[in-house]
Amino acid sequence: MPAVHDRGGWPTDDPIDREEHEWADWERQTQSLRTVLDRKGYMNVDELRRGIESIDPAEYEASTYFERWSLSIETIVIEKGLLTGEEIDERAQTLRDRWGYPS
Amino acid sequence: MGLPIVSTAATPGLAFSPGDHVFVKDMTPPNHHRTPWYIKGRRGVVLEFIGMYVNSETRAHGDSGLPELPMYRVEFEQTHLWTDYAESPSDKLWIDLYEHWLEQAE
Repeated sequence: MPAVHDRGGWPTDDPIDREEHEWADWERQTQSLRTVLDRKGYMNVDELRRGIESIDPAEYEASTYFERWSLSIETIVIEKGLLTGEEIDERAQTLRDRWGYPS
Repeated sequence: MGLPIVSTAATPGLAFSPGDHVFVKDMTPPNHHRTPWYIKGRRGVVLEFIGMYVNSETRAHGDSGLPELPMYRVEFEQTHLWTDYAESPSDKLWIDLYEHWLEQAE
């Protein structure tokens, strides 16, 4: 059984969703954050991919494209000691209290 | 998000030449790798050496990814990869693979 990200050739009867969609603000921010972390030498694209591949398969399936990016960025910045999980959770809670959940 | 090609000039010491028949190693190392499951253990033909590339398999784990490794474009018969392949029997699949994923086939 291939790993969850190793997707080519998996059988499915579901049609491919080719709909374009508008980027949400948080998706743009996620992309920007990844770029900044790369430019500053903290995280390269191969590390992004490895972080995505390490997501629990059930969570991977339940996540959108940029949610997977976000999970991977969290994994890598914690691994590199830039932030702790607690710091990220506290900051997320503060922003949630102030702004609510993103739509 | 492509990786930079360092050189496409012929490099001494390459293990494979265009036309060589090769098998893709059937291995699943625990580290990051980009060789898809459906060509592992499959036979193909080397089309060309396409350059020296940083090693994404070590770079994914915090390493520099150096030294660069030889990369080859390898051709597979779609009908060999998919038993129920229903399109043209002459269809090919091209995939770029690092040298260390290949072994010589007779």
